[in-house]
Amino acid sequence: MVELVWLIPMLPLLGFLILLITGHLLGEPRAGWVATAFAGASFIATLIVLVGLLGKDSHAGGRSYEFVLFEWLPAGSLKVEAGFLLDPLSITMALFVTGVGALIHLYSIGYMHGDEKYSKFFLYLNLFLFSMLMLVFGNNLVVTFLGWEGVGACSYFLISFWHRRESAATAGKKAFVTNRVGDWGFMIATFAIWSALGTVTYTEIANSPAMSAATGTAVSLLLFVAAAGKSAQLPLYVWLPDAMEGPTPVSAMVHAATMVTSGVYLLVRMNNVLTDDALLVIAVIGATTALFAALCAVAQHDIKRVLAYSTVSQLGYMFLAIGSGAYVAAIFHVITHAFFKALLFLGSGSVIHGMHDEQDMRKMGALRIAMPITGATFIIGWLAIAGVPPFAGFWSKDEILLAAWEQKNIGPLLWVVGLVTALLTAYYMSRQVILVFFGDQRWDDDVHPHESSWTMTTPLCVLAVAAAAGGAINLPLVKDWLVLEHFLEPIFHHPHHFSSGTATKIALAVISVAAGLIGISIAVLSWMKRRIPTDRLEPEFLENAMYVDSSYARVVGGPGTTGFQKTADFDRRIVDGGVNGLARAVMKLGQLIQPTQSGYMRNYAVGVALGALAILVVLAWGLL
Amino acid sequence: MATQSVLAFVGPSVNWWALLPQMILLGAALLIMLVSALAPKQTSTPFVTVTTMCAAITSYIVATGLWNDVQRDGPSSSIASAFGIDGFSIFFTMLILVALAATALLSHGYLDKEGIDAPEFHALLLCSAAGAIVMASANDLVVMFIGLEALSIGLYVMIAMHDRRQEARESAIKYFVLGAFSSAFLLYGIALTYGATGSTNLIHIRDYLGAVVFRDQHLLMAAMALLLVGLSFKVAAAPFHFWAPDVYQGAPSPVTGWMASVAKAAGFAALLRIFFAAFASHRIDWTPIVSVLAAVTLVVGAVMAILQNDVKRMLAFSSVSHAGYVLIAVQAATDQGTAAALFYLFTYTFMVLGTFAVVGAMGRDDDHPLANYAGLGRSRPVLAIGFTILLLAQAGIPTTSGFVAKFQVIAAAVNNKNYVLAGLAMITAVVGAFMYLRIVMAMYVDNEEQKSSVPSWHWSTKVVVIAMVGFTLLAGLVPQFLIEFAEDAVPILIRG
Repeated sequence: MVELVWLIPMLPLLGFLILLITGHLLGEPRAGWVATAFAGASFIATLIVLVGLLGKDSHAGGRSYEFVLFEWLPAGSLKVEAGFLLDPLSITMALFVTGVGALIHLYSIGYMHGDEKYSKFFLYLNLFLFSMLMLVFGNNLVVTFLGWEGVGACSYFLISFWHRRESAATAGKKAFVTNRVGDWGFMIATFAIWSALGTVTYTEIANSPAMSAATGTAVSLLLFVAAAGKSAQLPLYVWLPDAMEGPTPVSAMVHAATMVTSGVYLLVRMNNVLTDDALLVIAVIGATTALFAALCAVAQHDIKRVLAYSTVSQLGYMFLAIGSGAYVAAIFHVITHAFFKALLFLGSGSVIHGMHDEQDMRKMGALRIAMPITGATFIIGWLAIAGVPPFAGFWSKDEILLAAWEQKNIGPLLWVVGLVTALLTAYYMSRQVILVFFGDQRWDDDVHPHESSWTMTTPLCVLAVAAAAGGAINLPLVKDWLVLEHFLEPIFHHPHHFSSGTATKIALAVISVAAGLIGISIAVLSWMKRRIPTDRLEPEFLENAMYVDSSYARVVGGPGTTGFQKTADFDRRIVDGGVNGLARAVMKLGQLIQPTQSGYMRNYAVGVALGALAILVVLAWGLL
Repeated sequence: MATQSVLAFVGPSVNWWALLPQMILLGAALLIMLVSALAPKQTSTPFVTVTTMCAAITSYIVATGLWNDVQRDGPSSSIASAFGIDGFSIFFTMLILVALAATALLSHGYLDKEGIDAPEFHALLLCSAAGAIVMASANDLVVMFIGLEALSIGLYVMIAMHDRRQEARESAIKYFVLGAFSSAFLLYGIALTYGATGSTNLIHIRDYLGAVVFRDQHLLMAAMALLLVGLSFKVAAAPFHFWAPDVYQGAPSPVTGWMASVAKAAGFAALLRIFFAAFASHRIDWTPIVSVLAAVTLVVGAVMAILQNDVKRMLAFSSVSHAGYVLIAVQAATDQGTAAALFYLFTYTFMVLGTFAVVGAMGRDDDHPLANYAGLGRSRPVLAIGFTILLLAQAGIPTTSGFVAKFQVIAAAVNNKNYVLAGLAMITAVVGAFMYLRIVMAMYVDNEEQKSSVPSWHWSTKVVVIAMVGFTLLAGLVPQFLIEFAEDAVPILIRG
């Protein structure tokens, strides 16, 4: 059954092609159902392949399969195949990408109702799913890069989907340009790996001798630049909050559950080339990002921007896990985060939908009565992200904090940062839930919030179950319950093992739960009971995200613009000038020889005769 | 009486099986003429087209059989070694038959539309094809010349048959007079070759040149020069290309396609056999001048093409620059270069026939200003895409056969350390691309004032365009089969 792996990406591609050709004929809602059917079929194919893979022996690479379709780029000693790598890591990624993806397709059928580019939206969604699966299943860096660029392009199309809105068009551009910085890292890393190891295929990289320390660290950091661009880490995170200009299902799928985790996937896939020095850098930046973004989330008013900063913060956790060497914990958090963040985004989309495109939380309140399903599922998502046991987020976050604690160099410091972030997370999410679903109604009387249709609430319910129980795939209570860890183990050269004793583990878990509860309590006291004055809790400094974004804008808009202008001038004068000069020279030459084409036969005959004479002379006297 | 038996004529042995392809074509030509003379009322255009098509297909099947024989038993020759049966000749036979089938289909719609008599046209087309096959297979200079004349005379009349148009007659006269002029060069070259080597048979020439060291080789050099001039005229290499724009423009479009593909291919077949195979020992003498010819042809073709405003004239100059690319492969004088030339000619045949199929279907065949193509992308989207692919293939854009062809030609030059020519080929490819993209732009950029005439496309045009586009993409995506085909067809001279 594992041979069917090619079906997983090809089904969404087929859906894309069908919509490309017949999309305008299908219209609403059939285009949406077609796209959803292919996404769902892809999920089913993933399940079938998973069953096949589980049937194989788990030892000695028994669950690693390469399927080479054809040799794509044979160029000297560089041989790039178009091939798939099926192993526990790629199938795990594919499971939630297709699963959550299919649910979001279903949700979009209702959410995009009445949009003039209805079928085009689903076309992009299917193309995105295909690209993401190519990224995950590629058996070498180049195929992954193809998917990497594909998801980047789809992200651009989808952020600026409502391109008539100035802010959406700008946000799309910003995402694209920022991501190019990361892509640069990816490309240079690929070149470096090829020149150091002579291969770009994952299985061969994994079996190659280690690179020299300097090269290894450089490659690791370049890969991290790539990951930081795609997964919105400091200092390249700025595009993600703006990406919320896209339709909410896009925020849920592309900018929360799947695409932004591809940086994490890349580093986990390349785990055996990452050096200790680089890991320390990754851990520090991950922790800093987590804290920074959590602080920013505290003071946002837009329901989606809170979730956007929260996503950046949670991605920071994942990099903290990678930096601490706990790859399984990172992937575990990728999965649980996909569940609860997709749920939260879809819930916020449902609220926005029901409130007729209102996104400001200050104009909401008491919505749990008008929107009972959305409210209930959102609350489950909140409990999951706040780290309340036994919801999914608790288990994965707890594992990351434990890994941070055990980090060799500055473990306790990283742990404190992670703990503070956990407290802040619990606080800002509680604030959001209270502002949106509890308290007094603050919306105008002409707004009539209503519950969404079943195509939107069904995904909410499914995701709520996953967010509640998702931790079950890797429970640390009994060793045999660590299903995910045992499943992923074969892909790591040096599996990570926690060294702390049971007492320490329990103590750390209790402290992190306590931090979460403190966060929730502060929110309840300030925003619900109004015991703490709230005007101090939203400092302008944090609302503007510490002015990082606007400083970028000032640099890029000031000295940057001068530099860009110079570059553009160079391009126009020297490069274009050279090309245009050549073109003019060609035209001049043409005008010079054009008279020979006079239309008179006698002139032509003279031309032939002269040419013949020239050849005769040259050949007979051996002039050349 | 004893003397009589000595004098009795004993003809050379003839391998009729090997001559079957061109005999089928000639038979079909006779059949068409006979039926149209005896039963003029019953001779409809469909009947004529079907006859030509059947002849082409049968002939192709025979050629396939011959190809298998040659691959199994090795090459052979016939009629006192005047006629070669090797991979090379069968390769060109197949190419010519493909072009014949396509041209027959194209003229099916065209002849009725323009009011030209079908039977005569098809008979001439068949004779011309047979001549081209003889020219490509000839192992003897005189036989080659007969093939060339059979090819050309058919062409002259086919061009002139469009009697409603003044330009057609003008271009036929131009082609005829200049063709006769260049034939004189060729014939004189054959005579001088005979003078220098004592034979017109290519094998004898090769053996003689390989065995003898000349004290004074001026005569041989003059012979080579004149042969080169005569054949350069046929393939439209600069500075012997002047006829091409005028004649391409004036000729009926299917004939232009036939001329651009088959006349050029047959000319290169003869050029390769004579220079690459027979004059192999003197390659140091002839390769430099051929590379100069290639350079001049590339520049003239590309530069002049971008100054034109008439699509047929543009394509004429583009055909000149294609001759330049094949000459690059010829000057390499290696097996690799020759295989590249064959690959180029084969793919070029498909591109150019498809291109002129579209051109021919664009309204009545008078002027072809670029403005006529404006808005074609909207009025005929599918055919516009096909035309775009063919033009991009001519420009050498990847995923089309044109890219592989140009790549191989330039690779042959690079392997020969002729970097200047390789660089020039790349630059002129860029210059030439401008011209192709201009046509593509015209089709897709909206211009409300310039309402393009929306012609009705005959189904046969569609079939040809789709087939040619399909092959162009196929050979661009998986070129290996065609590369191997061309490599198996590098010319070998055979003793009779």
